[in-house]
Amino acid sequence: MTTSMTTSTTTSTTNSTTAKLLSYPLDAWYPTAWDHEITSKGIISRTIAGRPLALYRTQDGHPVALADACWHRLAPLSQGKLVGRDEIQCPYHGLRYNAAGRCTAMPAQETLNPSATVASYPVSERYRYVWVWLGDPTLADPALLPDMHQLESDEWAGDGETIHAPCNYQLVLDNLMDLTHEEFVHSSSIGQEELSESEFEVTHDENTVTVTRWMRNIDAPPFWLKNMRDKFPGFEGKVDRWQIIHYTFPSTICIDVGVAEAGTGAPGGDRSRGVNGYVMNTISPETDRSCHYFWAFMRNYRLESQLITTQLRNGVHGVFGEDEAMLQAQQAAIDANPDHEFYNLNIDMGGMWVRRLLERALEAEGRSIAAPAPAASSKA
Amino acid sequence: MITSRDDVWQKADVIAVNDVADRIRRIVLRPELPRPALPGEHIDVLATVNGEQQVRSYSVVEAPENGGHLVITVFRTPDSRGGSEFMHSLEQGQVLRITKPLQNFPLRVGAPYYVLLAGGIGITAIAGMAALLRRLGAHYRLVYVARSRAAMAYLDDLAAVHGDRFEAHIDDEGGSLDVQALVAGVPAHTELYMCGPIRLMDAVRRTWADRGLDRTSLRYETFGNSGWFDAEPFVVRIPRLGVEAAVGSGESMLEALEREGVDMMSDCRKGECGLCQVKVLSLAGRIDHRDVFYSDRQKASDSSMCCCVSRAVAAAPPTTSGERPAVLTIEVP
Repeated sequence: MTTSMTTSTTTSTTNSTTAKLLSYPLDAWYPTAWDHEITSKGIISRTIAGRPLALYRTQDGHPVALADACWHRLAPLSQGKLVGRDEIQCPYHGLRYNAAGRCTAMPAQETLNPSATVASYPVSERYRYVWVWLGDPTLADPALLPDMHQLESDEWAGDGETIHAPCNYQLVLDNLMDLTHEEFVHSSSIGQEELSESEFEVTHDENTVTVTRWMRNIDAPPFWLKNMRDKFPGFEGKVDRWQIIHYTFPSTICIDVGVAEAGTGAPGGDRSRGVNGYVMNTISPETDRSCHYFWAFMRNYRLESQLITTQLRNGVHGVFGEDEAMLQAQQAAIDANPDHEFYNLNIDMGGMWVRRLLERALEAEGRSIAAPAPAASSKA
Repeated sequence: MITSRDDVWQKADVIAVNDVADRIRRIVLRPELPRPALPGEHIDVLATVNGEQQVRSYSVVEAPENGGHLVITVFRTPDSRGGSEFMHSLEQGQVLRITKPLQNFPLRVGAPYYVLLAGGIGITAIAGMAALLRRLGAHYRLVYVARSRAAMAYLDDLAAVHGDRFEAHIDDEGGSLDVQALVAGVPAHTELYMCGPIRLMDAVRRTWADRGLDRTSLRYETFGNSGWFDAEPFVVRIPRLGVEAAVGSGESMLEALEREGVDMMSDCRKGECGLCQVKVLSLAGRIDHRDVFYSDRQKASDSSMCCCVSRAVAAAPPTTSGERPAVLTIEVP
């Protein structure tokens, strides 16, 4: 695995518009896991932004993220066990640490070495995820969490899954910031030719990028026709379709999607004759070439129907499986063609603004922008 | 926040030196590889002592310009092993070899209350923590203890910056610190960070333990260079090896044994890891245990000692110049 040390010592003049793979900021909240994955029954191991973490929950229910390497000989603490009150015991020589990362027991001595600690990273639990802050802990303000309120709201229903995507996290952000690919990658479900024919608008500020696309008076693709009929049984006819992509630094993209009966005022704000979903995506870099891609699909109609929740989750699972295959193939091609650069198109506008915001954050942290090329990585 | 021993050496220019208290000099360095320094971090410095390069550690007092400058502050010890003499000889324009900032004393963010306790030159490890806690708006007290006002670096600055969170206890002004009262007054879940002479730190450790406070909330750093007694020369013998070494007041017992060619094992050289412990076979005098590896029970037994920092002293304070030095007979692994 490539560590941040490798990244930070890489000298590079590459900027974000030419770097194919971006490094990741550390002064940021990243999701580690779904809330239900982290328990007080056991420890899970997960690498976020190049840092192996041991994740567990105290008996009071607070999530804990410790560096997954014992202070003594770096054995993975996640392979140890939870002991006493909220302590973790190294599987190798039994050193114990509390939730603050302080060693509480050392073998064969009556005292504790005063420098025996492992990092305990700030965590925050919100929107069904447990988030971690790996950078300067004094900057870890929960107010900086991205808005994903639909995941916790009574007005929305849905569920999601995690994809362990074998690619640099920026490729997933590129994928989500430009949905023209739906016509080609998802032709049987949500793809249609109007996606790449229609115009779109991009806006941004210091922390967000928004891409808005409307397709008026078109046939609904199969996925959306099914959703319309869930809400309006027997629906026939043309629809107005929207995709409003909301990116929030560093790696959360919530996409307001839907269709409404054509000409009933959806572009002006009246969505009452339509169906509305939110595709909630938040991505944690794992290594330079892998990431944890957490997604959910939320809807604001037929909230009581578990059938629809399950159908939508399974449907999106299929759609995102198509993305995952493409992202894996793209990463392999990037690594196989180290001397070839990306060319950029009009459709990359949203993704390019995301790259710009990430580039500025990396510069502010004094870190190099580009992820190392495969040769510089110790990853097999 | 993780501890680090990644000692990459680099050059650093000495760009300013000035005295900030009696025998205390502030040294501003410009490292080749700037890096922000976190509170509690120190740098290792190659000091030239008797013509040899020796490693010494100094806390980073401040690191302006994101680590473009590193400020350290050095007390010239009366019984110096030579490092502080060397550091006091530095002049603007000289070049030193230093490491990047290393962390052995991390300040945890998020405790409900903090007490920062500095004794004398220990303020160098504590000042940066106080500055950070002030910036974060944390609940903290900064307690600064010394024998005399003249020996307190940065006293006026700290008083001005930290206002009513700051208190100074100056022995020769009748303001000695009441350790019992200090520890009794801490709210539950307080984290206490301290750096200073061993008498002060031991008193706090005992009181902390007596009150049943969480021992992991008592944080300290020791470079093992202050003892219960002044350093004095003594003799160490290893019968099995036929070795007898005279340990000077300016060197450690470990260094003296190494000089005599004894194959010694050691690592931290500040009394923490226990790797340099030797068995005491007999003792004429007493042992000045300066380590934090042994418990009080183990120290009281005098059956072994950490020879990197601990010393022997004559049994009674020397009353005549004819006082014989302490003699230690030991066995080594």
